[in-house]
Amino acid sequence: MDVSASRDVPELVEHLFRRQAGRMLSSLCAVLGLENLDLAEEVVQEALIKALTDWPYRGIPENPRAWLARTARNLAIDALRRQARFRDREQAIAERLDARSRCIPDPSDLDEDSALPDDQLAMIFACCRPEIPLESRLALTLKTVSGLGVGEIARAFLASETTIAQRIVRAKRRIEELAINLALPAPEELGDRLDSVLHVLYILFNEGYSAAAGENLIRLDLCEEAIRLARLLARRPDTGTPRTLALAALFLLQASRLPARVDHAGDLLPMAEQDRSLWSRELISEGLRLLSGAASGDQLSSYHLLAGIAAEHAVAATFHSTNWAHVLDLYDMLVDVDPSPIVKLNRVVAVAMAKGAQAGLDALDQLGEPKTLRDYYLLPATRAELLSRQGRYAESREMWRRASEKPCSAPIRRFIEKRLAEHTPPPWLRGNLTSG
Amino acid sequence: MPKFMLILHDSKDRGYMSLSPEEMQNVIQDFRDWARKTAESGAMLGGEKLADEEGRRVKRGPEGTIVLDGPFSETKEVVGGFFLIEAADYAAATAIAGGCPQLSWGWVEVRQLDPHAGSDSCALGEVRDLIDQNREAQLARA
Repeated sequence: MDVSASRDVPELVEHLFRRQAGRMLSSLCAVLGLENLDLAEEVVQEALIKALTDWPYRGIPENPRAWLARTARNLAIDALRRQARFRDREQAIAERLDARSRCIPDPSDLDEDSALPDDQLAMIFACCRPEIPLESRLALTLKTVSGLGVGEIARAFLASETTIAQRIVRAKRRIEELAINLALPAPEELGDRLDSVLHVLYILFNEGYSAAAGENLIRLDLCEEAIRLARLLARRPDTGTPRTLALAALFLLQASRLPARVDHAGDLLPMAEQDRSLWSRELISEGLRLLSGAASGDQLSSYHLLAGIAAEHAVAATFHSTNWAHVLDLYDMLVDVDPSPIVKLNRVVAVAMAKGAQAGLDALDQLGEPKTLRDYYLLPATRAELLSRQGRYAESREMWRRASEKPCSAPIRRFIEKRLAEHTPPPWLRGNLTSG
Repeated sequence: MPKFMLILHDSKDRGYMSLSPEEMQNVIQDFRDWARKTAESGAMLGGEKLADEEGRRVKRGPEGTIVLDGPFSETKEVVGGFFLIEAADYAAATAIAGGCPQLSWGWVEVRQLDPHAGSDSCALGEVRDLIDQNREAQLARA
């Protein structure tokens, strides 16, 4: 029993098991075939359990990753021996597993997996196939690539564990139906397949950045995972396309604001009220570096434009000194590429900041009441803010009241209530209020 | 100071099977923290992890000793390991056991070693004999 603190064992690094689970699973599937994903998952789980029941007593091994990989290899071979369908291939498979378990990273490199191995990249591509329903893609990627547990994924998406389990089953079924191989796409296919992966990461990040409902506005784990995978993809020459770099830049620039986004009570702070000294300088500079890397070639994607907008905010000292003319330009281009109501609504804010509240209200009138925004609190909230700026407080209050009727998370609800209270004059003033 | 044995039992449903990788890692970290804390306080005397199989029972039969399979496969309870600690009394010993992360997926049995059984090394010696017997029984297996 390792009771002596003097023995030189490495500290468990953050997320070691999670990362290793993802790597082990990809290696096993690369050798056993994606159709044996369930078997591979069992092997990985058993390997981790062995660590769980062994390391507390015997101490953590010098090279934990190698220990886990070797254990998984041995368990896999045991599993193969028990199954007739592998019997004649057992030797060949064992050799391939051996080869993979020999490629173990240096123990001193324990802090992060700095390179994305081919197996794991192939796994990401497989999980993000466009033929798999989007929600299932998300669940499967988080489980197999990111090594999150079903319970953790359920909490992140505010769904039940059963729902998440069903999504994962659906994904696996699709994989079987399509007889998907675990292999990197051919170079001519890579572009399209990569788009699908980037889309999944985009959804993942957004989900983490602001939850649709529930107590915690920010689901950091999802953001972190999206950032981690985006960074890894950006580093590989085959996947580090301008679009990938732009997406990674977008994530980093948005994430840089996370420390300032909620106040001490866990309530939402709009960008105008955030303490910008809390924005992460490191993330901003890394994001800007990636963005300039993305500004090469002839690909201009919506990720570029979104990242560009985020960059304008990141370099501005205050909300008001932001280069709103630039931001508006970018939104104009974005609306061309993606004329969705949400994008148009965001553009309204840029119009108002660049050209004044009335211009913003006119743009809002042009937008109208599209069906997709019917339950979106930000539609009446934006109008409320613009009316407020024009001193039309009674109308503004009515808009805040409408906003309060929309479904939203608890922190956002508190934010709306606060605004509503601010726009409700005290009783001694109410009689004098003129309608605006 | 009296000595106590902490015997770690796993609960029947093996709850750790459904832990996520992250949760498992946290448990190991908890174990290390608990063990280090207990060792630093001077209370920890030692401990061992039992091997991953059911062990043996030795009984005396009409014609000599008989060696049977361990009982654990029937009761589906597994003893994960044991620790020897030093503590002033049961209250102190159970307080130490209360911090053991084993409680996340099982329970801890706390037994005081017989204070009248002789010297310190004698008590430990008895435990070692038990381990040796177990090993011999393993070797005796055909």
